[in-house]
Amino acid sequence: MSATIVLRAATLAAALAFGAAADAKTLRWSSQGDILTMDPHAQNEGLNNAVSDHIYEPLVTRGKDLKIEPCLATSWKAVSPAATQFKLRPGVRFHDGTPFTADDAVFSIERALAPTSNFSPYMQGITGARKVDEQTVEIATRGPNPVLLAQLTEVRMMSKAWAARHNVLKPQDYKNKEETYASRNANGTGPFVLKSREADVKTVLVLNSNWWGKMEGNVNEIVYQPIKQDGTRLAALLSGEVDFVLDPPPQDIPRLKKDPKVKVVEGNENRTIFFGFDQWRDELQYASVKGKNPFRDQRVRQAFQLAIDVNALKTQVMRGLSTPTAVMFAPQVDGYDRALDAVTKPDRERARKLLAEAGYPQGFEVTLDCPNNRYINDEKLCQATAAMLAQVNVKVRLNAMPRATYFAKIQKFDTSFYMLGWGVPTFDSLYALQSLLRTVGQGGDGNFNLGKYSNPKVDAAIDALKTETDPAKRKALTREALAIHKADVGHVPLHHQVIPWAMRANVSVVHRADNRLVARWVKVN
Amino acid sequence: MAGEQAGGNAGGALHRFFDSDIFHSFKGSPVVVIAAVLTVACILAATFAPWVAPHNPFDLRTLNLLDAFTPPSWTERGNPAYLLGTDDQGRDVLSTIIYGSRMSLVVGLLATILAMIVGVTLGLVSGYAGGRIDAFIMRVADIQLSFPAILIALLIDGVARAVLPKGSHDEVVVYVLILAIAASGWVGYARTVRGSTLVERNKEYVQAARVIGRHPVAIMFSHVLPNVLGPVLVLATLQVGAAIITESSLSFLGVGVPPTQPSLGTLIRVGNDFLFSGEWWITVFPGFALVLLVLAINVLGDWLRDALNPKLR
Repeated sequence: MSATIVLRAATLAAALAFGAAADAKTLRWSSQGDILTMDPHAQNEGLNNAVSDHIYEPLVTRGKDLKIEPCLATSWKAVSPAATQFKLRPGVRFHDGTPFTADDAVFSIERALAPTSNFSPYMQGITGARKVDEQTVEIATRGPNPVLLAQLTEVRMMSKAWAARHNVLKPQDYKNKEETYASRNANGTGPFVLKSREADVKTVLVLNSNWWGKMEGNVNEIVYQPIKQDGTRLAALLSGEVDFVLDPPPQDIPRLKKDPKVKVVEGNENRTIFFGFDQWRDELQYASVKGKNPFRDQRVRQAFQLAIDVNALKTQVMRGLSTPTAVMFAPQVDGYDRALDAVTKPDRERARKLLAEAGYPQGFEVTLDCPNNRYINDEKLCQATAAMLAQVNVKVRLNAMPRATYFAKIQKFDTSFYMLGWGVPTFDSLYALQSLLRTVGQGGDGNFNLGKYSNPKVDAAIDALKTETDPAKRKALTREALAIHKADVGHVPLHHQVIPWAMRANVSVVHRADNRLVARWVKVN
Repeated sequence: MAGEQAGGNAGGALHRFFDSDIFHSFKGSPVVVIAAVLTVACILAATFAPWVAPHNPFDLRTLNLLDAFTPPSWTERGNPAYLLGTDDQGRDVLSTIIYGSRMSLVVGLLATILAMIVGVTLGLVSGYAGGRIDAFIMRVADIQLSFPAILIALLIDGVARAVLPKGSHDEVVVYVLILAIAASGWVGYARTVRGSTLVERNKEYVQAARVIGRHPVAIMFSHVLPNVLGPVLVLATLQVGAAIITESSLSFLGVGVPPTQPSLGTLIRVGNDFLFSGEWWITVFPGFALVLLVLAINVLGDWLRDALNPKLR
C-alpha cells in the first residue's frame, strides 16, 4: 500500500521536474572569484554589485545604453538646490512580501551613510533623507549635486522591518571580518531571489515571480560558481558545464573565437588597473628599508613608473586585450582628457639614477600585495612587474592572495605597495578622483586611497568639483587634479581593461562597459 | 672464499660488489640500467642546478618579459637560447625544470627519511614490546590507513596555515610539506617492521641478548633492526616516488611550495593556464620530467625488491 503511494509520489515528482525542465532556463555563470557578501552596502566591488543588482534595486538604474532610467523611483524633481524629491514606484514588494515604502528608502539611504558602509563614494554630498509621504522621499544634499542620480544607481534599497528583525540595521563591517545575517541572506525587491548561498562554492538565485518589471529574457534561475583556475573555468565552458564566463583568460580568446560552440562578446571596460604606494607611514611596513619610507619621495615613485613597461604588459600578459594608460579612469568617464593620457616611456637608466639620487643606489626590497582572482591576469601582472622592477634593483616580494582576504587587508591600509582596479559606475570623474586621490577624510573622501596620497591642491580641485555644475568648469577641475597627481606620480596606472565575455553559442547577453551581466536581459535558447 | 676475510679492503669490497648476485641482476636488465642512469642524472642535475641549468630562472634581473612564451627551439618561432621554450614570465623552461626537480627531490627524500625514522621506530617498539603498546600503535596506523595520504597532507598543511603567524608561512612551508608527507607515509614502514620484528624477536640471538641482560632499546636497535632493514630499504625507494607525487599534487592544488621556489607540481600548475591557448610546452615538459623521474625511481625500487627477495632469485 505505502509502496504504491511512494511510487505515485515519485512519478508525480518526476513529471513535475520534467514539466519544469521543458521551459526552465538556468543561467550557469562563472568567474574567477566569489561574491564577497550579500549585504548590499558592505562591499563596493564590481562583481558584488553586479550580483546585488539582481536581488536589490536602487531608486534609479542604468539601461542597456548605460543611460539613467527610473527603477524604484518613477520620477524625481529638485525642490531646491539642496533637496531632490523622488516619487516611489507603487505596488512594489520585497521578496518576503512586505511592501516597499518611503520608510524603507529613507532607512536604506541612512544605512548607506553609516560608518561601516563601503558605499560612501556614492553618498558624496548626500546628508540624509526624509519621508515626505508614503510614496515620496526627499534626499538632502550639501548644495547642488550634479552627479546625484549617477550616484544613486548604486545605492540599493533594503527593507527596514527585515533589517530590524535580523539585527542588520548597520552594514556588515567587512574589513574586520564581521559576519551578519545580511551577509548570507537577502531580501530585496529585485527580479531574482536568493535561494541558497555557499561561500566559494555556489550561489543560486531564482526568479521573483512577483517582480514589478517586465522580464525581457527567459532566465528563471541563476547559478553562480566561482572557478579560480583559468584552465578549469574554460574547460567548464567548453564542455557546457557553465553557460557564461565573465572573465575568460586573455590568452584563450583566439581559441574561443574559433570554437563554434562558444561565442565571445568584447568591449572596453570602464575600469583602470594601477599600483599604489604607502605614502603616509614614516617607516615602510613591508620593506627592507628601516627608519624611512622611500615611497614618500617622488623620485622613487617616478623610478617605479619608469621601470614598468605597460606596453610589454599589454602584449605579453594581456595578449593585446588592454588599453595602456597614464590616467586614473577610462575614456568613457566624463572629464577624461586624451591630452593627459600619454603613456610614459620606460627608461631603466633614468629609473636607476632617480633611485640613486633618492638614496637607494642598491635598490631595496618591498612586498607587493596583489589579488589573484579579481582582475584579469592580476597575479601575472604583478609577477611581470616584479621582474621589471628587479631590473632597477628593486626586489619585490609578491604577496598574492584571494580577493576576500585581499580587500579586507588593504582596506585597513595594511599595505606598502598594492594593486587595485577602479571602475567608475557613475561615469563621472568625481567618483574616481574623490575615492582614489582625495586625502583620506570624511564620507567618501579617499575611501580607496589606500596609500594615503595627499596633495592640498588636488584636494581643493576635487572639493570644488563636488558642487560645480558647469560641465566646462568640471572638466577643467578634473584636468587640474589629474595633472598634479600625474606630476606627483601618486599612483602608477597600468591600463584600462578590455573585457571579453565568453558564453555558449545559445546564450545572448547585453555587454556593458561596467562589466555587469544583467540576467533579466539574457536569453538562453 | 678468500675474499671474505679481507672485508676492510676497499678494492676487494668493490670487486665483491661487481661479482655479487645483485650486480649481475642489475647488469642483466637494460631497463633497470636506464632507470638508474636517469635517476642519477636527475639527482646530479638537481644538486648542481646552478652550474647545469643554462639560465637562472629565479634571478628576476635576467628575465625579459618580451621573451615570454617562446616555443621550444626546434619549432618555427623557437629561440636556440631556450631549448624547451620559455614560460609566461620569460623563464627558460629547461632551467625551471632543473631547479624544480631540485625542490621535488629534496622534499621527496627528506619526507621519506623522516617517515622511515618514525615508522621504523614505532614498528620496532610495536613488534618488540607487543601487548597494549602494539595494539595502540597498530590501531592508530589502521585509522590513518583509512585516509588517503593526500588528505592527511592537506589537513596538516591547512592547520599549519591557520596556526602559523601571517607572513611566516612562506619560509616554513617546505618544512611543513615535508612533515605533512612524512606523517602520511610512516604507516607502511611501521607495519613492515612490526611484522619482521615479530618473527625476529623469538629467534635465539635475541633471546641470548635478553639473557645476558641487554637493555630492550639496545636489543631493538643493534640486534633486531639490522635484520629487518632489507624490506625497509625497498619500501623507502618506492616511497620516494610516492612522496614526490604527493608533493607535486599538493603543489598542483596550490597548497604546496610557493611559486617563488617552484617544484615540478607548481610548474605544471602554472603551465596549466596556458594549455588551452596552445602554449603546451610550459606544462607538458615539467609533466614529462615528473613522470620520468618517478618512473625511474619506481623501476629501481621494483628491481631492488625482486633482487633482495630470496624467493624470486
